[in-house]
Amino acid sequence: MSPDAFAVQFLNGLASASTLFLIAVGLSLIFGVTRIVNFAHGSFYMLGIFVAYSLVTRIGDSPFGFWVSMLLAALVVAIVGLLVELVLLRRIYQAPELFQLLATFAVVLIVRDATLAIWGPEDLLGPRAPGLKGSVDILGRQFPTYDLVLICIGPAVLAALWFVLTRTRFGVLIRAATQDRDMVGALGVNQAWLFSGVFALGAFLAALGGALQLPREPANLGIDLVAIGEAFVVVVVGGMGSIPGAFLAAFIIAEIKAMCFAIGQTTLFGVSFSFSKLTLVVEFLVMAAVLIWRPWGLMGRPGAATRNAAEIEVPLKPADARTRKLGWVVLIALVLLPLVGTAFPYTIVLSIDILVAVLFATSLHFIMGPGGMHSFGHAAYFGLGAYGAGLLVKQLGWPMEGALAAAPVAAAVGALIFGWFCVRLSGVYLAMLTLAFAQIVWSIAFQWDELTGGSNGIVGLWPAEWLSEKWAYYYLTLTLTVAGVLLLWRVLLAPFGYALRAGRDSPLRADAIGIDVFHTQWMGFVLAGAVCGVAGGLFAFSKGSIAPEAISVGRSIDGLVMVLLGGIQTLSGPVVGAALFTWLQDLIAREFQYWRAALGFTILVLVLAFPLGVAGSIKRLFVKEVA
Amino acid sequence: MSLLEVRGLSKAFGGVRAVANVTFEVNAGELLALIGPNGAGKSTCFNMLNGQLTPDAGAIAFEGQSITGMKPRQVWRRGVGRTFQITATFSSMTVRENVQVALLSHHGRLKSLFTRACDQFVDEANALLERVGMRPQAERPCSVLAYGDLKRLELAVALANKPRLLLMDEPTAGMAPKERIALMALAADIVRTDNIGVLFTEHDMDVVFAHASRMIVLNRGELIAAGAPAAVRADPEVQRIYLGSRH
Amino acid sequence: MLQISKIHSYYGQAHILTDVSLEVNAGEVVVLLGRNGAGKSTTLKSIIGLVRPASGAVVFAGTRIERLAPYRIARMGLGYVPEERRIFTDLSVLENLEVGRQPPRARAPTWDFEKLGALFPNLREMPDRLGGRMSGGEQQMLTIARTLMGNPACILLDEPSEGVAPVIVDQMAEAIRGLKAAGVAILLSEQNLHFAMEVADRAYIIEKGGIRFEGTMQALSANAEVQAQYLAV
Repeated sequence: MSPDAFAVQFLNGLASASTLFLIAVGLSLIFGVTRIVNFAHGSFYMLGIFVAYSLVTRIGDSPFGFWVSMLLAALVVAIVGLLVELVLLRRIYQAPELFQLLATFAVVLIVRDATLAIWGPEDLLGPRAPGLKGSVDILGRQFPTYDLVLICIGPAVLAALWFVLTRTRFGVLIRAATQDRDMVGALGVNQAWLFSGVFALGAFLAALGGALQLPREPANLGIDLVAIGEAFVVVVVGGMGSIPGAFLAAFIIAEIKAMCFAIGQTTLFGVSFSFSKLTLVVEFLVMAAVLIWRPWGLMGRPGAATRNAAEIEVPLKPADARTRKLGWVVLIALVLLPLVGTAFPYTIVLSIDILVAVLFATSLHFIMGPGGMHSFGHAAYFGLGAYGAGLLVKQLGWPMEGALAAAPVAAAVGALIFGWFCVRLSGVYLAMLTLAFAQIVWSIAFQWDELTGGSNGIVGLWPAEWLSEKWAYYYLTLTLTVAGVLLLWRVLLAPFGYALRAGRDSPLRADAIGIDVFHTQWMGFVLAGAVCGVAGGLFAFSKGSIAPEAISVGRSIDGLVMVLLGGIQTLSGPVVGAALFTWLQDLIAREFQYWRAALGFTILVLVLAFPLGVAGSIKRLFVKEVA
Repeated sequence: MSLLEVRGLSKAFGGVRAVANVTFEVNAGELLALIGPNGAGKSTCFNMLNGQLTPDAGAIAFEGQSITGMKPRQVWRRGVGRTFQITATFSSMTVRENVQVALLSHHGRLKSLFTRACDQFVDEANALLERVGMRPQAERPCSVLAYGDLKRLELAVALANKPRLLLMDEPTAGMAPKERIALMALAADIVRTDNIGVLFTEHDMDVVFAHASRMIVLNRGELIAAGAPAAVRADPEVQRIYLGSRH
Repeated sequence: MLQISKIHSYYGQAHILTDVSLEVNAGEVVVLLGRNGAGKSTTLKSIIGLVRPASGAVVFAGTRIERLAPYRIARMGLGYVPEERRIFTDLSVLENLEVGRQPPRARAPTWDFEKLGALFPNLREMPDRLGGRMSGGEQQMLTIARTLMGNPACILLDEPSEGVAPVIVDQMAEAIRGLKAAGVAILLSEQNLHFAMEVADRAYIIEKGGIRFEGTMQALSANAEVQAQYLAV
């Protein structure tokens, strides 16, 4: 690489680092004080670009108007953030961590559709900044002047935040609240406004980061999830709650990406390799490497992320007679379903989807609930099962039955490798690392055109002859799902399941009575991965294809929603949650253009109305308090 | 040969010496009290003994064999039980299940995937609960127990592998005076009948002087006194830095 | 100054306090004695608003406060010192004190770093020390000093003698006598009867969430039956 190309790419990296820092620092601040992992942070970034577009196209002709538009856009979004905090988050600060996540994810869905309704589906390209349209000469190459300004903004914001946090009372209170918000309240500080202030500040910074991107990239509807993904990586690499950490991590990640672009296509050891294709995963690789080396991020501290005590759980008991009877009734109804289903063919199709979702959610619940490992990347094992089976059919010509049988093996091998890394971590860090691995699986599926068919995926995966009728495939799915669910439940009530819960309840005590917590959790992770792989295989053959879309971060999130919707503390929770969610999603998506927003509002209602999950709340109605 | 021999144990955190060159031993059949001001290094010392922390220097031998640098679960398998300053129990299980998990672990049965856990070692678990006076509460969820009962449950769990040495970190903190006496009387009884050794930390000097066979005193990571309770109590240095005027 | 009448409090479904009433007069040191789990901490938390009583009234300086948020109660001049100390470990001593700072108020002594230094000489020597780098005894001093920065007329002290060395217990007793002399009313929870005898004027005994005894310290020390029944002395 020539020095001039290197220099320009380096500067490009710095400009990206500024933006990345602006998004990530707000996320980190909000997490630090409110302990909420704010999924909607990417939405604030996206809103920043769109609002800035509207303002700049109206008043942004002069340099003054342009910069005022930038600040105004950030302010408008800060007010939106404030409203979100006042109307929603304030009600759920005491709720379990995962419920808060779910609520902020609902905000993502609502903001996405609101943006669609206001600005339409087209990409919007903003004008360049007045007065900064030119470029400067860097070693003979042109570099946009605007990007130089952007480079300076990051460090300036860092300095300003540093000053506020260490030299003002507001800053001291923020730092104190980061550690112990209740105590701050008991000392006479109105923490409600402190929370609102921090949340609005975070939204402001994210939106400012977005607005400043307007001259560089078009306003696009999908950018919220991309931004939140990148911001999570930066915050986790830097250390949750650490502001200098966020700055350092933004710098490292942006520069590594820039360098990948700079190197581009190259030949290593005689193999042509595209570094620019690597950019989709490189940040996740960096994150995985950092978390293994320093499990709390570069400048984070142990314990900072795991403050939220787990909910107190009622001991698990084998099903009583009444529950068993109910189980039989449901099972018989499911067996009889195709008889009525012939009149409504779609019922069978939807039922297959529901059963696959049930198996997926139950396997996720296994590691999330009793295992205490909150996986944000369960789609990886779904994808490994689906793609594993698909590739065996397409590349090696295996029969469908054999390929389906191999699906759990493929997923288990993936879980064995990923789990070995993930299980070392806990809390948010574990969640983020599982997400990183899922993104890696996803981008391999997306990028490796020759093998996986790229974005089109693998098509023409059909069940064997004897399963070609929909009802036949339904019975296969039913059999495997029931078997998988019962297997996982059985294991939870066996000594292994007790060891798993022991490791979650008190790793200290578990270790002190001879339990190898790491090994137990790792094996639990692998078992859940294998069962999830079956779900992936069933999915691929029921649809006749598998594409990256089906194993994206969206599927992981769906799984979380299902588990939480049903209730994480009950064995039947994921079953109820998966069925309800799949049915609702199907219903809304068919009927309504703005189905995301509708789904978002539904989730919010459920979160606010059923803090124990649906199955958990029903159980609470029927089961008296054990005490 | 002593049950536990600790030689030159040292540990520093970020340049600060938490435990420096500490040497002592615990014999079978005695209750050895470890006392000292908060931050003197008592917990650090405990955590090194059961393997939660790795010492920077020094050696720990249990029944003549080195356990230095072993993991907690390996130390436990050798026959060292422990209770924690802040009780550590499995809150999603019943009282009996807590003990059953320890018994399953002791008998090497935790890898079993399909047998039903709650039916195993019920009698043994009940016997242990009986011993610490928790039998009537066996079916209750552990999350609703009173503090003193949690401490007794911890003791039952720690006894599940028939330990020869018991480490008890502030076993009576947060208990009423009578409960304290009762718990330590229980510990003393176990020491006598099973001929095991107990090492415990404690702030309540009434408990220490009533039950300790010997005591050692830590201050700023260093061992400053050791011996019979009466002798340690009379030590002017110990009075100055720890006991104060009233004892 | 502080009257609690007939409060009931719950944690989730568990009924922790039943019909608790007590009062603290200006300039008085009152001790709430009881075993672990008897409801001492919950009583204090119900007063400061960290636990919201389901029924009953809490009146401070003539105002009903049982429905107010903790920060509002604290701003009225009622300070709270938690049992677990809850020092901000990442903040320096001065910053910890800053978090507690409130404007001066009438009818209550006003505190600053100088005056606190006289009460807790250790703190004076380490204004920039991080909370996490302090010994347990020093943290115990800091948590009280931090609450005093709010210039309270009355403070709630949750088990100041628990889990600290006997020398520190002596210093705590000294500090409480100093606060009383300065005119601060104190309600402290304790299980340590000896400690309570040294500092308190009156006592309440709480057991299973209800008040079982009230009277002067002299009356309590004369009543061996009550001591044996509720305090397991």
